[in-house]
Amino acid sequence: MNRKDIVMGLIIAVIVAFFLSPLASSWPDGLEKVARDHGFMVKGEQGSVFKSPIPDYIFPGLKNEKMATAISGLLGTLVIFGIGYGLASLLKKNKD
Amino acid sequence: MHIPDGFLAANTWATAWVISTGTIGYCLKKTAGLLKDRMVPLMGIMSAFIFAAQMINFPVIGGTSGHLLGGVLAAVLLGPYAGAVVLTCVLIFQCLVFQDGGLLALGANILNMAIIGTIGGYVIFNVLHKIFGNKKGLQIGAAVAAWFSVVIAASFCALELAFSGTSPLGIVLPAMAGIHALIGIGEATITVAVLSFIQKVRPDLIYGFAGESNKA
Repeated sequence: MNRKDIVMGLIIAVIVAFFLSPLASSWPDGLEKVARDHGFMVKGEQGSVFKSPIPDYIFPGLKNEKMATAISGLLGTLVIFGIGYGLASLLKKNKD
Repeated sequence: MHIPDGFLAANTWATAWVISTGTIGYCLKKTAGLLKDRMVPLMGIMSAFIFAAQMINFPVIGGTSGHLLGGVLAAVLLGPYAGAVVLTCVLIFQCLVFQDGGLLALGANILNMAIIGTIGGYVIFNVLHKIFGNKKGLQIGAAVAAWFSVVIAASFCALELAFSGTSPLGIVLPAMAGIHALIGIGEATITVAVLSFIQKVRPDLIYGFAGESNKA
């Protein structure tokens, strides 16, 4: 992959994360739906053992929830790109 | 199907952590051995794309939504080991930063999606790819494997819920498998669409492409 391929791939991911994420369905996902239908959703609502910085992909401090989702998607995509690339580089280095 | 904390009993999530840690450790080792130069940036791109695509919930029947798992997509492009590593990175990131999936349940989520869904899905893909040959086999294999990857991952999730005493197996297994049989259609559609696009523009990036120089 050359630089152009990498930029192209990243642009596609960013478009999905930034422009499509605010349009995503807010209906419960498969597991949540089953949990609600069969009465064990309450078990998952006792709060997690820790607090993550951007719960539910809503970037804190923004009034517009759709924009808060889009920003989370954009930042998350860039950071996870770095993590994936970085880890792969580390693994490659270890081998060489 | 990111399991939140509270759904699983300690014996279940702890067991899942042990299995996941061991398996992903092995995958990291295998990935380091197999990694080609061109796969290094592709692992970054796939992490980014799968993270992004997992944010896009599409509606399925009855007020339920689903999103791409991406395990088969990652495995077809990167091979099963690097594919599992990418999915694991995404799951850890989603859990720690976005509270998507519990921390105690993370081992189970890695087991279901990054290991069963990704490596299991790749095994199915590989068999069909061999039977149907290169071009057709890629699409048929990816479609069928993508569908199964979601249904099998969901079934494992149901097993864990049953082991935990959260819901009886006779109820939770058909419910999870049934709903994910529908979500799996979306998984198959997206997986084949993305792979067909890559097959057209950059076929050399496909790991499972027999006869290509990047086979290993």
